[in-house]
Amino acid sequence: MLPEKISEGFRDRELAKKLTERIHENVKGPLRIMEVCGTHTMSIFRHGIRSLLPIDVELISGPGCPVCVTSGGDIDQIIELTEVPGIIIATFGDLLRVPGSKGKNLATARAEGARVEIVYSPVDALKIAESTDQPVVFPAIGFETTIPVIAATVLEAKQKNISNFMLLIYHKVVPPALNALLSDPELALDGLLCPGHVSAIIGEQAYEPLVEQFRIPCVIAGFEPLDILSSIYMLARQVRNNEARVENSYGRVVSREGNPRAREIIEQVFEPCDASWRGLGDIPGSGLKLRKEFKNHDAKLYFGLTSNYVPEPRGCRCGEILTGKVKPPECSLFNSRCTPTNPVGPCMVSSEGTCAAYSKYGEI
Amino acid sequence: MCLAIPMRVNEVLGEQGDPLSFPVAIVEEEGLRKEVRLDIVDRWPDIGDYLIVHAGYAIHTLEAGEAETNLKLMREMAEHVTGKNI
Amino acid sequence: MNSKKILLDHGSGGAASRELIETVFLPGLANPILSLFEDSAVLTVGSTRLAFTTDGYVVDPIFFPGGDIGKLAVHGTINDLAMQGADPIGLSLSLIIEEGFPMDDLERLAGSIAEASQFSNVPIVTGDTKVVPRGKADKIFITTSGVGVVPDRITLGSGSVQPGDAVLLSGFMGDHGVTIMSAQAGLSIESSIVSDTAPLHAMVSALLKQAPEAIRCLRDPTRGGVATILCEIADKSKVQIEIDEKNLPVRPGVNTACEMLGLDPLYLANEGKCIAIVDSDAAEELLSVMQKTIEGKDAQIIGTVQAPESKTRHGRVILNTIIGGTRIVTPLSGEPLPRIC
Repeated sequence: MLPEKISEGFRDRELAKKLTERIHENVKGPLRIMEVCGTHTMSIFRHGIRSLLPIDVELISGPGCPVCVTSGGDIDQIIELTEVPGIIIATFGDLLRVPGSKGKNLATARAEGARVEIVYSPVDALKIAESTDQPVVFPAIGFETTIPVIAATVLEAKQKNISNFMLLIYHKVVPPALNALLSDPELALDGLLCPGHVSAIIGEQAYEPLVEQFRIPCVIAGFEPLDILSSIYMLARQVRNNEARVENSYGRVVSREGNPRAREIIEQVFEPCDASWRGLGDIPGSGLKLRKEFKNHDAKLYFGLTSNYVPEPRGCRCGEILTGKVKPPECSLFNSRCTPTNPVGPCMVSSEGTCAAYSKYGEI
Repeated sequence: MCLAIPMRVNEVLGEQGDPLSFPVAIVEEEGLRKEVRLDIVDRWPDIGDYLIVHAGYAIHTLEAGEAETNLKLMREMAEHVTGKNI
Repeated sequence: MNSKKILLDHGSGGAASRELIETVFLPGLANPILSLFEDSAVLTVGSTRLAFTTDGYVVDPIFFPGGDIGKLAVHGTINDLAMQGADPIGLSLSLIIEEGFPMDDLERLAGSIAEASQFSNVPIVTGDTKVVPRGKADKIFITTSGVGVVPDRITLGSGSVQPGDAVLLSGFMGDHGVTIMSAQAGLSIESSIVSDTAPLHAMVSALLKQAPEAIRCLRDPTRGGVATILCEIADKSKVQIEIDEKNLPVRPGVNTACEMLGLDPLYLANEGKCIAIVDSDAAEELLSVMQKTIEGKDAQIIGTVQAPESKTRHGRVILNTIIGGTRIVTPLSGEPLPRIC
């Protein structure tokens, strides 16, 4: 019987122990699993899951941190906008400390007098826009979990004619990035731990072409300890049986078809475009842009912004970390010149960044 | 990428499909009450259902029974009872 | 950020704050007492030891569920004295008020401060008031300083902790942090969580009376939370501290708020709680004493102190997670922010 607070049922110590035993029984050699999603990286560290797994299981962090994969040029764009007199930047907390190429971030811009407001939901950003005549700009980052939320906000802004509410669209979609990763011969993976909430939107079906093309075991996982342990077990089991299919361990949230209503709303507001991912480079069709009927909410158009290519800071290996090629401690800047208080690259300072996770949770 | 938690629906304000209003559910979890937008939810919730809440919006509705089933299948897997999809 | 201007992170009580003090102030001010970085300074006057402390209060909103900036200022300074085992004998109260601040609010705060002072039995013996033009201060800033007498033979310090000691926490973590975050605009959550602001000197007095020799260290986990304080203690005493997630007292509502906002209760501010590190032989009896007080009724033993694995690996705090895994707890780096990712 589940407690009224559902999540607690998925933290059961006894079940965790049994699932761990099942994993140990089924891992017969090196098992390289990529946790696509930054929230999985954090959850794995938070619950100390690595400390329970057989030494042969290697959990590799991937590019599932929307802040981290936002290009240097785009980050600079956001920071530069703070210099427009009277502008209000309403943003998710995740972006506040991400460094731009000129040694500034939104926090330092705020210290210099720019108006930067942290919001939990774009609804709150819209409320700020309604309360003022000043332009309110919302940097929209996030994958398919967040994209429909932003789309719904754009629809509301249009309906209510809140013309001073604008967005900087940096959204990216996950499947093309997975395709790019799996196409890289240097990255030999045995399985993918797929993002549970992105999957709630795109459904199990979205991974079928990947499995077909690359023959890679995929398990869709939630974020509680039992979700992650059961998924690792299922991946180990597939590998042991020489299978490659899409399995879903997050049945309470993810279905085969996902959330069609959310996808409909995305479709109404956005259309695909090419995008540049930090670490992965340019991936065609992996980004989104506002459809022309919503162009008056497009901050890039309104302020005439262009995105310049910005090279990685010297010594920064965020790109390789995002593609699972290097672990944070292998970067010479890690915890020496690049720390949470003085980050060089986004992976250290983003709330879901791999380096931030390694730095905060350390190693046993 | 994915921070979202399940919260229990106490009340639903507004009508499904009404283009002029923005329906919300009032959710509650251990003394915390919040308004959650229903613009993008997959199934219209009933009182007692749970919503997966991300950035102030519901992205999925589930019944307690579905969570029970999910946990049951995990338990069976942990105890080696079945090799089925959960 | 090697910043040319002060950032909010510098005031968060975490690594950035520490860095600021060490680079900007310590070089010029360094003296053996200041360098101890305890909650109060202990000054010797003849045969008496006096504890002396000061704190600034800038919380926004100034009125919040469970208290206000005035109560916070009185309790906070009393607690800093209590953490050195001192019996508070008097407080100073300094106010910087913004022009245009409503008189009603000031009267309400004055009443609250008076009430806190009377209830705690610690008088406000001196004070100062300044008014600055509109816009030059955010409503009201309060600074309180306090003096207390440290009883003979009581020497508490973050550097005095030994392997084998027990770690006690006097009650629920994170109430104040969640209350303030919920009350701030942009995070529209209604909750029944209230600030835990409370004076702790009576509870401390009871502990010291029970087993004065057994208590190594008392610290109140304000900014930076329980995690940051435990890391500081482990570092200063050159030990390792191990805590158990299942024993950490956290209200269910606080857990939910943290999950929703992507926060960790271990890093949230507490204003009426105390960590006590004690000789393990006295742990149960001291826990019992705590639990008999109003402020300490939800106290738990949350962990133990161990010898570090090696000379270079002291200062670690290890958490046994709820599912039986282990992870490291590090100090807070900057201001905790809500996140969606």
